[in-house]
Amino acid sequence: MRPFRYERPDDPLAAVALLADDPTATFLGGGTNLVDLMKLGVARPDVVVDVARLTGRAVETLPEGGVRIGAAMPNSDLAADPVIRHRYPVLSQALLAGASGQLRNLATTAGNLLQRTRCVYFQDVTTPCNKREPGSGCSAVDGWTRHHAVLGASQHCVATHPSDMAVAMAALDAVVQVQGARGPRRIPVVELHRLPGDEPQRDTSLEHGDLITSVDLPDLPVTARSHYAKVRDRASYAFALVSVAAVLDVHDGIVGHVHIALGGVAHKPWRATIAEDMLRGGPATTDAFRAAAVAELTRARPLPDNAFKVPLARNVLVSVLGHLTSSAGAGR
Amino acid sequence: MTPGRAGKGHGGVASPAVGRDLPRVDGPAKVTGTATYAFEHQLDDVVHLYPLQATVARGRVTAVHTGAVEAMPGVVAVLTSDNAPRLAWADDAELAVLQSDAVAFRGQLIGAVLAETSEEAREAASAVLVDYDELPHDADFPGDRSRLYAPAEVSGGFATDTDVGDVEAALASAAVTLDQTYATATYHANPLEPHSTVAVWEDEGLTLYESTQGTHAVATKVAALFGLEAGLVRVIAPHVGGGFGSKGLPHAPVVLAALAARLVPGRPVKLALTRQQMFCLVGYRTPTLQHVRLGADADGRLSAVSLDVVQQTSRIKEFAEQTAVATRTMYAAPHRRTTHRLAALDVAVPSWMRAPGECPGMFGPEVALDELAVACGLDPVELRIRNEPESDPQSGKPFSSRNLVGCLREGARRFGWQRWDRAPRSRLEGGWWVGVGVSASTYPVHRMAGSSATVGFGADGRYRVAIGAADIGTGTWTSLTQIAADALDVPVERIALQIGDSALPPASVAGGSSGTNSWGSTIVEAARTFRDKFGDHPEDGDEVDASMPPNPDTERFAMHAFGAQFAEVRVRQDTGEVRVPRLLGVFAVGRVVNPRTARSQFLGGMTMGLSMALHEQSVLDPRFGHIVNHDLAGYHIATNADVGTIEAHWLDEHDPHVNPLGVKGIGEIGIVGTAAAVANAAHHATGTRVRSLPLTPDKFLL
Ligand SMILES: Cc1cc2nc3c(=O)[nH]c(=O)nc-3n(C[C@H](O)[C@H](O)[C@H](O)COP(=O)(O)OP(=O)(O)OC[C@H]3O[C@@H](n4cnc5c(N)ncnc54)[C@H](O)[C@@H]3O)c2cc1C
Ligand code: SF4
Repeated sequence: MRPFRYERPDDPLAAVALLADDPTATFLGGGTNLVDLMKLGVARPDVVVDVARLTGRAVETLPEGGVRIGAAMPNSDLAADPVIRHRYPVLSQALLAGASGQLRNLATTAGNLLQRTRCVYFQDVTTPCNKREPGSGCSAVDGWTRHHAVLGASQHCVATHPSDMAVAMAALDAVVQVQGARGPRRIPVVELHRLPGDEPQRDTSLEHGDLITSVDLPDLPVTARSHYAKVRDRASYAFALVSVAAVLDVHDGIVGHVHIALGGVAHKPWRATIAEDMLRGGPATTDAFRAAAVAELTRARPLPDNAFKVPLARNVLVSVLGHLTSSAGAGR
Repeated sequence: MTPGRAGKGHGGVASPAVGRDLPRVDGPAKVTGTATYAFEHQLDDVVHLYPLQATVARGRVTAVHTGAVEAMPGVVAVLTSDNAPRLAWADDAELAVLQSDAVAFRGQLIGAVLAETSEEAREAASAVLVDYDELPHDADFPGDRSRLYAPAEVSGGFATDTDVGDVEAALASAAVTLDQTYATATYHANPLEPHSTVAVWEDEGLTLYESTQGTHAVATKVAALFGLEAGLVRVIAPHVGGGFGSKGLPHAPVVLAALAARLVPGRPVKLALTRQQMFCLVGYRTPTLQHVRLGADADGRLSAVSLDVVQQTSRIKEFAEQTAVATRTMYAAPHRRTTHRLAALDVAVPSWMRAPGECPGMFGPEVALDELAVACGLDPVELRIRNEPESDPQSGKPFSSRNLVGCLREGARRFGWQRWDRAPRSRLEGGWWVGVGVSASTYPVHRMAGSSATVGFGADGRYRVAIGAADIGTGTWTSLTQIAADALDVPVERIALQIGDSALPPASVAGGSSGTNSWGSTIVEAARTFRDKFGDHPEDGDEVDASMPPNPDTERFAMHAFGAQFAEVRVRQDTGEVRVPRLLGVFAVGRVVNPRTARSQFLGGMTMGLSMALHEQSVLDPRFGHIVNHDLAGYHIATNADVGTIEAHWLDEHDPHVNPLGVKGIGEIGIVGTAAAVANAAHHATGTRVRSLPLTPDKFLL
């Protein structure tokens, strides 16, 4: 591993200043992704700025409604938080579907949002990768693509974003609070992650040195229910092949509030806006769910190894919406 | 104190030690972290080694730019083919490390950095720039079939092909036929403890603290490579964190460590592979394609069995897995044919992995039998029983014992097999298709030559029993203690066992499920010799050596262990996710020395078989030539959540022919047949026949 300087500043502004001065400096959360990438030679920071104790580690209820999640809150604590479990079960379920107990104890909210893709070529410095080394080429497009994107990819990169938590947050319309060198700002989670386009090296819309300080979740309609389902290659401890986070409110058989996000299918948590628009105001029936899922997925452009993700995403989406309208989903 | 035994009848103990579930004698050391694994030997003045690996699949290294690297912090030396010591023997291309500038596969060793800390060594290694003259490579399996070839023989010294009777004619006239191709993936053993070595040259001798299944095998091979007398290489391995075959033969890393240590005489050189490096340097199980053809009469009696296997090897060293060999012995059919063909590719060198041959080779045929059972409308248990041979179909010899039918019947009874409707896709519970499947298991009784043991008596009244055997987590420390206690007719407390060191009397490798048979027979012989010479009241310092005695019965009988595995599988209707709530195996393995460690071998084998069925698959990208999912996040091994109830039982089998102990070997049979049982159950559940492993959700998605 490359020698690096370790800093633990006392306040967020000092942390931001440390990065502003140094293009090779980076923030450290739980380190469960960054340290692995440093060992692999993928991340090569000169300065590591530990922010795991700098921002909140708890869930606060906001006076104007909704909750604020500290950026440094461990994934395991967030999943177990009574307010989250009660009001946002989709988020708790998504967290518990990710990684392992040990990793979740270390992983932070911000670190989870900003974890890098698990594309095997990205992680292997001996193979070309546009995300790691812009212009070197994408090894995945003509390579092993089982875990790659079917939606929104470009010829320059077909990677997926690996986070489960971020998919739930996308469905919840979460908003990220950022402290940058030029002051604080708010970025909706759906705008945080980008599609690769011709700049696959940029995972997010953040600038170098932007510190995530918290994530806000707005209130949901009181009667809305939410749920997360994930399909993976083994029963536990594997990244999603496909996942679905959904928030649904149905009155008299008619869909009101509906937010759906798909995981494992794109470079970002994929808000299924086409499906949402089709469902909103219409009947909450299996046929409608299926038609909406199919419509959303007409945009899919699968690769040789991952065509199965399209029918899989369709089925999981129908199943999650079905669950949320059944009596079994009544526990919100 | 009274020397010798306390009295007749097992030294005053009520029952013999063999057969008792003695807790592991090395257990307390392991759970308290005091058992010393190779890398953990505390030595002074250590130098750390980090390998340099080829980033092309074929060609030549034209330059290794070491200048800037030699000046990096902590760097002691950079080893390349330019300054590597010459080996005395370089015929084995896998082990001829740094003896030329040729690159034969991606990931091959092309050098190493020695530094004061492991971090410095790794960082310096990442800074080394290498120039290559790259040549076109071929890493595509199976690729162009026309370049397949027949090896002279397959692993274990078996014939490459067999052909008895007239398979084609029998198939042509059979009432029911089956013709399908099955595929198993590439697998990496992935023991928890990485392959590690500490190498130190002192005077003209070399000491290796090594994670190995065979201290003598490594000592002998390394001595030959360096042109040393056998006694000048000492290999020490008291505890080994799993091997599954990948530590059975010496591989390139130990040679690299010994070469590097030459550059710093007197200083111990430490090497532990990363998980990624374990995917290129320590062997793997070849992928296989298995073309199975069966012919039977309407009652399911087989007239023809044909298995044609295609698999890969490395172009620089042939390893021909004996995939079709088990089929030669399994079922009675007058017309039988088996073949092995290899594609020699520019890829890493394949090698042993738990039950080489039987494990992949029982997948295709045992799924094919299930398909035949469906075609004949027969219960697959009954189909197997109907095709039970009287004697070994291949050699014509009688079996020393064969209780496959007993295992099938006992397994079916315990599993509740008869309660299930045989029709596929007949049970849907809460969105999950549910079904059950069965497969046979088998593993040969191997007795490996080359072991001897010392038995001595000490002033403390204990018997020193020494043999260079290895405990790779299987329980050798415990089982050999039990065998020695009974052989000397004393309580286990009076045995001081010594293993895991090539300075001890030679022992064959811990492989082929042969340890208890070979080392146990040797200890029994040494104990007998000791008692013959010194009687029941030996004196301090009395000692004998004995070698494993020949067993004439090995020529007269076919010797194999058998088993039957049953699986219950659930496949989610809308996602294709596969779960295995229940596995049950019944085995006939002769005498069981220690039920506790034996059960753990069966459970471990079946879990590994489950993992093969559902998850494991090394993905080779033919454009690059290496495995791209080369870590444990990418190479999936069953997690706790994937493993439901596993039951392992065994029949009370007495086989007087295999050896004086009556043991057959249990380390490998548990992994044989599991994947077929799971695949057969998945078909019974869903009606979808998946012939290519692993059984991932996409294969059941409609
Ligand atoms: C074997 C394995 C399996 C896994 N399985 C899953 C899975 O199934 N599902 C899943 O969702 N995840 C999975 N993970 C990933 C895991 O969730 C992430 O590693 C973890 O969430 C990252 O959090 P961290 O705090 O450790 O981040 P770090 O590794 O510390 O940081 C990650 C990135 O975030 C940046 N960062 C950290 N904090 C801030 C901040 N406050 N502001 C700005 N930037 C910041 C860092 O600079 C770095 O770039 C798995 C990981 C492993 C190793
Ligand atoms: S998919 Fe993206 S991350 Fe993967 S190799 Fe291509 S550019 Fe790199």
